[in-house]
Amino acid sequence: MNHEMKDPVYVTDSLIAEDIDAYLLKHQHKTMLRFITCGSVDDGKSTLIGRLLYDSKMIFEDQLASLENDSKAVGTQGGEIDFALLVDGLAAEREQGITIDVAYRFFATDKRKFIVADTPGHEQYTRNMVTGASTADLAVILIDARQGVLTQTRRHSYLVNLLGIRNVVLAVNKMDLVDYSAERFYEIVADYSHFAKQIGMDSFLPIPISGLKGDNIVSHSDNMHWYQGPTLLGHLEEAPVSDTQMLDHPFRMAVQWVNRPNLDFRGFAGQIGAGTVRPGDAIRVLPSGKTTTVKSIVTQDGDLDLAIAGQSVTLTFADEIDCSRGDVIVQSDQPCEVADQFEATLVWMAEQEMLPGRPYLLKIGTQTVTATVTEPKYEVNVNTLEHLASKTLGLNAIGVVNISTDRPIPFEAYAQNPDLGGFILIDRMTNATVAAGMIHFALRRSQNIHWQALDVNREAHAALKNQKPAVVWFTGLSGSGKSTIANIVEKKLHALGKHSFLLDGDNIRHGLNRDLGFTDADRVENIRRVGEVARLMTDAGLIVLTAFISPFRSERQMVRDLMAPGEFVEVFVDTPLEVAEARDVKGLYKKARSGQLKNFTGIDSPYEQPQNAELTVNTVALTPEEAAERIVQYVLREMS
Amino acid sequence: MNSQSVIHTGGQAATLTHLQRLEAESIQIMREVVATADNPVMLYSVGKDSACMLHLAKKAFYPAPPPFPLLHVDTTWKFRAMYELRDRAARDAGMELIIHHNPEAMEKGINPFDHGSLHTDMWKTDGLKQALSKFNFDVAFGGARRDEEKSRAKERVFSFRSANHRWDPKNQRPELWKLYNTRKGKGESIRVFPLSNWTELDIWQYIHLENIDIVPLYFSEPRPVVERDGLLIMVDDERFPLREGEVPTMRSVRFRTLGCYPLTGAVESSARTLPEVIQEMLLTTTSERQGRAIDHDQSASMEKKKQEGYF
Repeated sequence: MNHEMKDPVYVTDSLIAEDIDAYLLKHQHKTMLRFITCGSVDDGKSTLIGRLLYDSKMIFEDQLASLENDSKAVGTQGGEIDFALLVDGLAAEREQGITIDVAYRFFATDKRKFIVADTPGHEQYTRNMVTGASTADLAVILIDARQGVLTQTRRHSYLVNLLGIRNVVLAVNKMDLVDYSAERFYEIVADYSHFAKQIGMDSFLPIPISGLKGDNIVSHSDNMHWYQGPTLLGHLEEAPVSDTQMLDHPFRMAVQWVNRPNLDFRGFAGQIGAGTVRPGDAIRVLPSGKTTTVKSIVTQDGDLDLAIAGQSVTLTFADEIDCSRGDVIVQSDQPCEVADQFEATLVWMAEQEMLPGRPYLLKIGTQTVTATVTEPKYEVNVNTLEHLASKTLGLNAIGVVNISTDRPIPFEAYAQNPDLGGFILIDRMTNATVAAGMIHFALRRSQNIHWQALDVNREAHAALKNQKPAVVWFTGLSGSGKSTIANIVEKKLHALGKHSFLLDGDNIRHGLNRDLGFTDADRVENIRRVGEVARLMTDAGLIVLTAFISPFRSERQMVRDLMAPGEFVEVFVDTPLEVAEARDVKGLYKKARSGQLKNFTGIDSPYEQPQNAELTVNTVALTPEEAAERIVQYVLREMS
Repeated sequence: MNSQSVIHTGGQAATLTHLQRLEAESIQIMREVVATADNPVMLYSVGKDSACMLHLAKKAFYPAPPPFPLLHVDTTWKFRAMYELRDRAARDAGMELIIHHNPEAMEKGINPFDHGSLHTDMWKTDGLKQALSKFNFDVAFGGARRDEEKSRAKERVFSFRSANHRWDPKNQRPELWKLYNTRKGKGESIRVFPLSNWTELDIWQYIHLENIDIVPLYFSEPRPVVERDGLLIMVDDERFPLREGEVPTMRSVRFRTLGCYPLTGAVESSARTLPEVIQEMLLTTTSERQGRAIDHDQSASMEKKKQEGYF
């Protein structure tokens, strides 16, 4: 093999050739460290990872041959081996010379197996970095010795700290390009210390390196005798892993799956998030609070006497108590909190911006609940750490919000236990993962608001009116005829002796919702309030008619979910845009077309047609009178 | 009790070994699928990775048998020894085994000798899509590992496929902590890779420690082979058309990966036991996939194949 590189310093263990059984025995007891490297392309991140793979003999001859060819063809090292080419994966990014996603790399030494999350450094890839950091035990923050602490260094450090990584290595790279200057190194370390203190980072380990030349990577550099600390790989081999850090925490396990192969066995399967468990331990199931003791820890290899954080196990209980997926099993005398309102930091990960008030799915531990998010208390400028006022969060934005869930959930602060404090938000319509969140604490009011048990309940209200309450929800374009038809429906119901009430733009927008405009976020809040009012009215036993464009499926679904099953009747007033625009009763389409009116549904704001409306009335085929009659017949038939 | 389950608490703080941590992660992934999927299936290709995955599935759901069937998308051109192990492994696990043959490929007699890459496209890529659609499987476990190839290094553990089974590498969901978003739209499906973070060495070590049954072809033995286009191909049955002048010779060979026998290159070896295989692997100097004809043409070809639906 003819290449310019020094021979790998990590020589293959001689045991492999001499005594493979002894080698295997030794390697059974290896531990595993997951780490993330942060830095932009220019900091030499890919080169460093390529170097680690190369020096730990993870590159095979055929790969090396193809690497040498590629280096000559597209390399940036003047024909010498370009380690970055080993690491950059997807075809498009190889051409652009940048890494645009999270890639996972593997290498191993005699002591440890390593998984490296390699993520891009630019600001537009904040979400990728957060993703990579979420599973890391340790972070390596790269700095170009010529550049010193840059804006991006601050951003990376802030994110690493936000994700709760306690082991941070500051790798001052390209020392070869600053003549291996101790003075330059210490200058950078001093700068960084100052900044680390600002963001609350307790400690970090600075190491001067050259990824390209191999200084202080595997062995101590001959060029930097002034540096006495560990080499990069030496430190990676010794740093503690995060499971170990959770061992002293009280026992926590979120139940993933209930195992019931037959009537005699009922086991609760999950991965232990914190602490340890032994048969006989007193435990509590949250949120119910029921207690029992652990009868056995079942695995295919036999029952265990002890299981620890990080293990996937199946527990059986001494008593038959209710416990299902989403519940959290905790040490009985040290339970975690249960609440339904929290303050949390959100990292927004979707192109579509956050909509305060829109219901999202929140997955935490092993359960998924519905949650709404308030407007941000503030957004964080990840470059300057300034707090900014903001009404929403866009792609890659980070902010602090309040979250409320539709039911109480067991949790812990992320800083104490990431396993029960980290969550994701999922859009209910697109199913995309739109945000990652970290719980700070429960809001006090969530523990103090209790439902007033009312003596005159909704059944009593409805019985007095001799009717079944309902919400008849008209949706359709502006000018489709919603209000006209709803009015006729109400007259007919009134004539039949039914108690009803019509909510429309006129009586809502001018009063309750006069603070709201027509942005997407305001439209969501508009519909949320209308939904809540409608629900109160159904509690009062009324048949509620609502006439709002309500353009988004998510919000209509949210209102549907607010109501008792069967009490929500979605009526799609189906009028083609051309027809509605031709009618233009209020002259609004004309204004919208001329640009005087912004965010007008159908013109520059979308209308999402219902997919499963209870009723669709086509106003081209039917007169308003005919349409109203159909709706009344439906209500009388279904609501009696 | 075997060595995997023992936690060493003496002296310093207990730490799981790398294999214990990988095992726990794979089990967590499998349970998450079973708790959220409507109709999951495990793709079983009879190779060492499949053997590992099946072993982990047994552990994940013990004492119940794994609550999903095994699916083998067969090409009719696998090694005979693979068919033997396949049937035995499914029976031992107490799992249903579904075998799918692409009827179109069957009818046209598609084979690796006459049809080149069409063989893989039709039997494997199309066959897999057909089987998933036919049985309405919404989640399929696969044994792919991120260390196998560069484009796999970026694939998620839960990897989404559109209603026509395509993968969109630019539009993958972020995957944080161990919170997998398992939601999908109508017609969409998910490929789940519980072995994502395992390396080839991890797989071998685990097979060794756990005594997992694998196809004997991984061990060296005298076998009839011919040398063709730089690969040593085993003449496994009478369907093998010998070219002029080709005479199968008995050589001590073994296989580092297993696929269709006419497409899988053997290596000359004296490794007859698992430790010897691992030893050879550690001392070897060529990467695993080189024995397969599929991704030799260009380095980005695997990414292309995957976008089209190849596992």
